[in-house]
Amino acid sequence: MADLISQPALTGLPVTLGRATVAALDPGRVTSIAPYPGRDLSTALAPLRFPAPGEVVSNGSIRLVWAGREMAFLLGAPAPDLTGLAAVTDQSDGWVWVSLEGDDAAAVLARLSPLDLRPASFAPGTAARSTLNHLPALIIRTSETRFELASFRSMAGTLKEELHHAMQAVAARAAL
Amino acid sequence: MTNAHRIPGKGLLIDRSRPVRFAFDGREVEGFQGDTLASALLANGTRLMGRSFKYHRPRGAMTAGSEDPSSLVEILDGAQQTPNVRATVQEIYEGMQARSQNHVGPLNFDLLALNDLLAPFFSAGFYYKTFMWPRAFWEKLYEPLIRRAAGLGRLSGLHDESIYEKAWAHCDLLVIGAGPAGLMAALSAARAGADVIVVEEDVRLGGRLLADQPMVGGMAGPVWAEWAADELASLPNVRVMTRTTVTGAYDDGTYGALERVGLHRAPSDTLPRECFWRIVAKRAILTTGALERPIAHPDNDRPGVMLASGVTAHLAKWGVNPGRVVVFSNNDSGLQTARNLTAQGVEIAAYVDPRPVSVLEDFPVYANAQVTGTRGRLGLRDVAIRHAGGTSMIEARTLALAGGWNPTLHLACHRNGRPTWDDSIAAFVPTPGMVPGLSVAGAARGRFSTAACLADGAAVAAEALSDLGLTARPADVPDAEDTPYAIAPFWAVEAGGRAWLDFANDVTTKDVKLAAQEGYSSVEHMKRYTTQGMAPDQGKSSNVAALAVLAEATGQGIPATGTTTYRPPYVPISIAALGAGGRAEGFAPQRLLTSDAQTRSMGAPMIEAGLWYRPSYFPQGGETSWRAACDREVGQVRNAVGVCDVSTLGKIDVQGPDAARFLDFIYTNTMSTLPLGRVRYGLMLREDGFVMDDGTCARIGDQQFVVTTTTAGAGQVMRHMDFIHQAFCAGWDVRMVSVTEGWAQFAVAGPKARDLLAALGITADLPFMGCADIALGGVQARLFRISFSGEEGYEIAVPTRYGAALFAQLVSAAEALGGCAYGMEALNVLRVEKGFITHAEIHGRVTAGDVGLGKMVSAKKDCIGKGASLRPGLVEEGREQLVGLMPVNQGEVLSAGAHLYNESDPAKREHNQGYVTSVAPSPTLGCWLGIGFLKNGRARHGEVIRLVDGLRGLSVLVEVCNPVFFDPDGGRMRG
Repeated sequence: MADLISQPALTGLPVTLGRATVAALDPGRVTSIAPYPGRDLSTALAPLRFPAPGEVVSNGSIRLVWAGREMAFLLGAPAPDLTGLAAVTDQSDGWVWVSLEGDDAAAVLARLSPLDLRPASFAPGTAARSTLNHLPALIIRTSETRFELASFRSMAGTLKEELHHAMQAVAARAAL
Repeated sequence: MTNAHRIPGKGLLIDRSRPVRFAFDGREVEGFQGDTLASALLANGTRLMGRSFKYHRPRGAMTAGSEDPSSLVEILDGAQQTPNVRATVQEIYEGMQARSQNHVGPLNFDLLALNDLLAPFFSAGFYYKTFMWPRAFWEKLYEPLIRRAAGLGRLSGLHDESIYEKAWAHCDLLVIGAGPAGLMAALSAARAGADVIVVEEDVRLGGRLLADQPMVGGMAGPVWAEWAADELASLPNVRVMTRTTVTGAYDDGTYGALERVGLHRAPSDTLPRECFWRIVAKRAILTTGALERPIAHPDNDRPGVMLASGVTAHLAKWGVNPGRVVVFSNNDSGLQTARNLTAQGVEIAAYVDPRPVSVLEDFPVYANAQVTGTRGRLGLRDVAIRHAGGTSMIEARTLALAGGWNPTLHLACHRNGRPTWDDSIAAFVPTPGMVPGLSVAGAARGRFSTAACLADGAAVAAEALSDLGLTARPADVPDAEDTPYAIAPFWAVEAGGRAWLDFANDVTTKDVKLAAQEGYSSVEHMKRYTTQGMAPDQGKSSNVAALAVLAEATGQGIPATGTTTYRPPYVPISIAALGAGGRAEGFAPQRLLTSDAQTRSMGAPMIEAGLWYRPSYFPQGGETSWRAACDREVGQVRNAVGVCDVSTLGKIDVQGPDAARFLDFIYTNTMSTLPLGRVRYGLMLREDGFVMDDGTCARIGDQQFVVTTTTAGAGQVMRHMDFIHQAFCAGWDVRMVSVTEGWAQFAVAGPKARDLLAALGITADLPFMGCADIALGGVQARLFRISFSGEEGYEIAVPTRYGAALFAQLVSAAEALGGCAYGMEALNVLRVEKGFITHAEIHGRVTAGDVGLGKMVSAKKDCIGKGASLRPGLVEEGREQLVGLMPVNQGEVLSAGAHLYNESDPAKREHNQGYVTSVAPSPTLGCWLGIGFLKNGRARHGEVIRLVDGLRGLSVLVEVCNPVFFDPDGGRMRG
């Protein structure tokens, strides 16, 4: 009989270098929700609502995060019944998640992503699809000094490497 | 004596309490913290720093900045060797090893200085005229010889394993250069609340305020600069980046900038050497000041001949004593330099000016005079001055040339704008609007006095702020000197001998005149004929003078002659900085399977496919070659059972009321008729009618399908679907999302596949091409009955987190049944035996008909690419069609990439009949098998043709056959 043990996408975390820490993050259940054209999801999603581009809509620990064109990721809870309203797909295993936190978190991210990370442009409580060097990424800013990063699960090792290189360089500069 | 050539009390940037020892050409030298290599060498009496590019003439630093044409050296950090570093930029650090370049034998007795004696033969165009015959000698003999003799620094030949960095920055206003105009602009913008980035190439803000030290607002220039820098540093909306040079202006307000992060420190394992920044700014102000230009006169290139601004900067910033100085100037700024130097205790032996200046100074003034030559083999000793009374020879250690100033407008021209000639300053100034969003202020647009720079900085900042929707406070512009700048254009002294224009590439006024005489009278032609401006310094100190000499020779005038094109980068950028992080494994992401750790622990060599790392084969005891392992694995699959990780195949979840309709549109065949719980093989065409990808489509819900793609085609198919959806049917009720990463999927294939599943507690009562949701050890899983091996085959998919565990159990269960894990080699053999296609076959130039799947293009419906696939050329007779190939002589090897010829034809291009796309050594059939494309191939089964691989020297007779070599009826996989 099969006896399946779950394996994490990443090991060897958290890592702190200088004023930035990268740690594994469990966002809970992740479900992509892609509404069909013209559907009104407000009742079905209440008290959440479908986010505008870049928006993160929260209700306690449950979040609905804009994740691309006509798509949002529901984090932390199973999806409600959206039959006929939206395509709903489990994404819990497709992505690797980490948090990047610290006074130099934005400086580290500036090594990897072309996003304008100034709080006026990328405010806490917003999300963006971008890249982390070559990796595709979903980036959520939860505070001025904390980000949540998601990338393809198979690239978890490269994600860790990229973050490590960037953190190391930023830490070395800070130590001057 | 150490540091003998310093003036006490001078030197803003050096800390005399911190001596720094380094080596130059193996000799220990002591400078101070804050010195550049050039300033430390000059302070220790060393003026000779290298040899020139072409004639191997002795050369030293001429300037005090990144524009220096002459002082190129190599810096050695252990195994690291960085060539062509400007000594005027490289800051010294304890233990630094620097080496002069481009000489054979010691620097002061370069054997290749012979080239200088042969100079009459080495005029412009020499190579073009001389090394013509015999033709073959150019590549093999002449070019290598010339490259060895004419040269720059050398590389170590090793990988550069140092750390480099790339980063992004964003701002409202980018201020490029922090001299008086830049500081004033930055202060105005910062006080108005704009997000400001100030980029400065030097280690400290101030620009010429540091070197010339004019009074600003009642303070000495450097004091005011420090006060301004302190205010900027105190503001949260300002980022100051020193040791950073903006290298290029690109689209949409993006600027490239190179930061020297660790180059001025001992090598580090963690600190980057350089960082290449991409700065995105809503507005930018160019305040890069101006660069002084030399005057061409005979032998104006000896160590000790410098630009006047270089002499003052070395004195002010590093306390370097120039010794007795002759100043040769055609403008009032040069005269002012002579006065400043005198005031600081430097002896001015002569001030020489071709203008009829009538001034009374504390030093001898030669009006209507010119410098006609110099003496001193390895460094300047005497200067020859031609004046009303004849020619005098005057002893001097330094000759300061002041030929006027060129605004540093390079970045403003990077979008191919052309600057405007301004007669009043005898220089080009930026034409407004050349780079959208970039304004120019101060000396960079020809406003040369300190007061004008300060006022212009504030005024231009106010305009930029208004563009940004901000209001500048009334500018508080400090008082400063406002001396008018008077210049009489004077480019070259007519006195015979060689007068250098381009010190970096050894181009003289004679070369430029020769170019004009030989018909290369356009400035772009002159540049290429003489190589003027093509050295690492890109002609910063020579371009304008060279085109002025050209204009004189052609009689066209300077505005009509125009400039060559200004291109990025402004300063040389190391490739390592541009490619930071991209070396070795940083080149591309690695996608690892959940089975990766176990696979590697089983000793499997990995190969990369679509960024994924997949096992080639799983060697077992005694197997010394891939063939042995592969043959065994194929045998075990055919006779027992094999397990293979196929998670790399693309998986796309397609949902919605219109999902089936959408898939009918995407696939050539019909998917809407697929019953729930069934899988169908499908083919997709590109819009141009050629095959794009193949795969399976499983209906897992009434309105939900899972599409699989090839590994390499996953991204392309996803993009294709997105495009088709957005472009042609955006209103349909269908959505798709990649689930490739969400599922770990394993193929189980072989006559004992069902037994293996049973061992895991899975009842496999699926029909061929069926699928079902199953529970596996409490986990929701998916089971597909599909086969890429020709055996009874299943694929089990579990959420990725369980992949490693499932793979381990599948492998041990397979081994218990006499089976094994198999890799890509075996997978390939199994599919070639069955004639299944991969991207080796559907390579982008074949139609469905070519691969024998023409019947899959449904006649009952339209699909993407169908119309284009019916174009006459794609349906005509005689196209190359997929065939199988077997060697006539069973033992012979076939190769992919080989071409096919009729047996009686020679193996020549015009006789080509087709080519081989895949081969495999088949243990099942006991010979090599090939599949490929042959003209009209399906009608030629049974024919014997010749397979020729010119690259590998193969020529094999093969029989054309059905590409399905094994079990053509498919009885085994249907079970």
